[in-house]
Amino acid sequence: MTAMKHDYKGGAVKIGFTGSRRPERGRLGPITGILSFRWIVIAFVLILWFVYYPIIDNFLVSTKNQDIFTGETAFVGLDNYRRLQSDPVVWTAIVNNTLYAVISVIIQVFGAFVLAALIEGLSEERWRRFWRAIYFVPSAISITVTGLLFYFIYQPDIGLLDSALTQIGLADWSRAWLGEEQTAIYAIIAMSQWQGFGYSTLLFAIAIQKIPRELYDAAIMDGAGTWRRLWNITFPLTREMTGLMVIVTIAGAFQVFNEVMVMTGGGPNNSSQVLGTWLYQQGFIENDFGYGAAIASVIFVITLLTGFAQLWYTKRRRIDL
Amino acid sequence: MSVSSQSRETERTDFVAVLAKVCLVAFLSSLGVVVLYPLFWMALNGFKTNAEIFGNPFALPSGFSIANYISAWNQGIRNYIATSVIVTLGSAVCTVFVSAWTAYGLTRSKLPGKPFFVGIVLGGLMLSPTVAVIPLVRMMQDLGLYNTYWALIILYTAFRIPFTTFLIRAYMLGLPRDLDEAATMDGASEGQIFWRVTLPLCKPILVSCVILHVLFAWNEYLFAMIFTSGADLQTLPVGLTSIMAKHGTNYAVVFAAMTLSALPIVVTFFAAQRFFIRGLAEGIGK
Repeated sequence: MTAMKHDYKGGAVKIGFTGSRRPERGRLGPITGILSFRWIVIAFVLILWFVYYPIIDNFLVSTKNQDIFTGETAFVGLDNYRRLQSDPVVWTAIVNNTLYAVISVIIQVFGAFVLAALIEGLSEERWRRFWRAIYFVPSAISITVTGLLFYFIYQPDIGLLDSALTQIGLADWSRAWLGEEQTAIYAIIAMSQWQGFGYSTLLFAIAIQKIPRELYDAAIMDGAGTWRRLWNITFPLTREMTGLMVIVTIAGAFQVFNEVMVMTGGGPNNSSQVLGTWLYQQGFIENDFGYGAAIASVIFVITLLTGFAQLWYTKRRRIDL
Repeated sequence: MSVSSQSRETERTDFVAVLAKVCLVAFLSSLGVVVLYPLFWMALNGFKTNAEIFGNPFALPSGFSIANYISAWNQGIRNYIATSVIVTLGSAVCTVFVSAWTAYGLTRSKLPGKPFFVGIVLGGLMLSPTVAVIPLVRMMQDLGLYNTYWALIILYTAFRIPFTTFLIRAYMLGLPRDLDEAATMDGASEGQIFWRVTLPLCKPILVSCVILHVLFAWNEYLFAMIFTSGADLQTLPVGLTSIMAKHGTNYAVVFAAMTLSALPIVVTFFAAQRFFIRGLAEGIGK
C-alpha cells in the first residue's frame, strides 16, 4: 500500500524530469500536448454527450410540460417541483427509499462486516473461500431473476415462504406478502438483502485480509478474546471500508428500480413505490416527461450529495495508514 | 490439585471453543441454505409440471424431463441470450479499450490540464442512469438509435467509462515507469508504448474490468427495458419479464427460463472466481 503511494508520488515527480531532460519537448511541447488529446477524446465525447448533457437536459425538461395530444410544449417554470411537494406518492417513495437505505446499511454493511469477520476467523482457507463464494452467488444473478424468484416465493398458493411458515406452525403469519400494503416494501427489501449481503461480505473479507496478522498474534498474546480483537483491531482497521460501504449503499438505495418494478411495479396502491419506479410510472406510463424529470432531479440531488460524501471520504482516507 | 483444576479449566475452554465452533458452522450452514435453497427450488420447479408446482413446494419433481427448459429456450430465451451476448461483449470491448486509452492519456501522455480531465471522469461516477433516462429517450430517437443494439452498447459504454477508467488509471499509476522511459529513449512513440508496453502490463486489471463490466451489462435492466421494444432486441432481463407476462400461468416454463438466464453468469462466476474477486477488490476504491 505504501509502496504504491511512493510510486505515485515518484511518478508525478518524474514527469517533470523527463520534460526538462529532453530539450526537443520544449519546442514540440504544445503540439505533443494537443496531440495527447487523441487518447481521451472518444471517452470525453461519450461522457459529455451521454452522461453529462442528459443531466442538464433533464432540468430543462422538468421546467416544461408537453401536451400528449398536440405534442406542444409549454414552459411551466417550477410548477413540476411544486407538484412534487403535494404528491403523497413522492413522500411514500422517499420513505421507502429511506427504509431501503437504513435496512441495507444495517444488514449489508454491519451484518456483512460481522459475517466476514466470522468467516475470516475460520482456520482453513478452503472453507473461507467456500463460504465467501456460496454467499456471493445471488449477487452474480440479475435482479430480474431474483426479483421474479422471490415474487414466486412470496406467493400464497405456490410460494415457499407461506408453506414453510405453515410447516413450522406459524400459519397465522402467512399472507400475500407482496399483495398487502403493509408488507410489500419490506418483502422487496428482504429480497434485496438476500441478494446483496454476499457481495459486501466479500468486500469486507478482502479488507480484513489486508490487516497484518501480527496485530492479531500480539493481541492473542495479550490475552484479548475474539470479541475484543474484533472490536479493537478488525473494526478500526476496516473503518474506511465501512464508511465507504455506508455511502455506496445509501446511494444505491436511492436508485433502486429493478426489483420493485419486477416484484410489485410499485403496488399495491402505490405502497411500494420508490423514486425510480414513480419516475418511470409518471414519465413513461403517463407520458408526463416534465413531471418525471422533476422526480429525476430529486434522485440527482440525493446521488450528488452521496457522491460528494464519497469523494470527501476517499480523499480523507488517503492520509491515514 | 492445582494441576487437576488447571486441566479442568482447559477442558472447559476446549468445550467452549468446540461449542462456539459448532454454533458458528451451524449458523454459516443455515445461512448457506437460505441463500442456495431458493435457487435450487427455482431450478427444480423448471422440471415440474404445473400441477406439481401447485402441490407441496418442497417436493421433488416426479421426473427430470427437460421439456420445460426446451420450451423456454425456444420461446425466446435463445434470442434473448443472443442479444445479451452481443450487447454485453460489444460494450465490454468498447468500454475497456476506450477506458484504457483514456487512462493512458490521463497518466502517461503530455496532456495539459490532467487534473481537470480526471475531475470530469470522476464526476461521471456520481451521475446515475436513472436521472438521465428521460432526456436519453429523445436523444436516442433523434439519433435513430432507439430500438437498436447500438443504443445499449453506446449507453453501457458511456456510463461505465468513468468507473473503468478510474480502475485502470489507478493501476497505471502504480506501474513502474522505467520501461516507458527505456522505450522512449529507443525512440518509441506514445502509441507504440501504449500498445507494446503499458497495455500488456495492465492485463490483470483489464481482465478484472471485463468481468465487472460483464456482470453489469448482463444484468442491466432500466436501459434495456426503455431503449428496446422489439422481442428480437430484448436482452435477457427484459425478455424474462415478457415471458412472465406472456406465459404467466405456465409457471414451470417461467421457472425454466429464469434458471436458464441465471446459469451462464453463475457458471462464469465459479469458473473465473479468482478474477471476479480481484476485480471486486480493485473496485472497492470506487
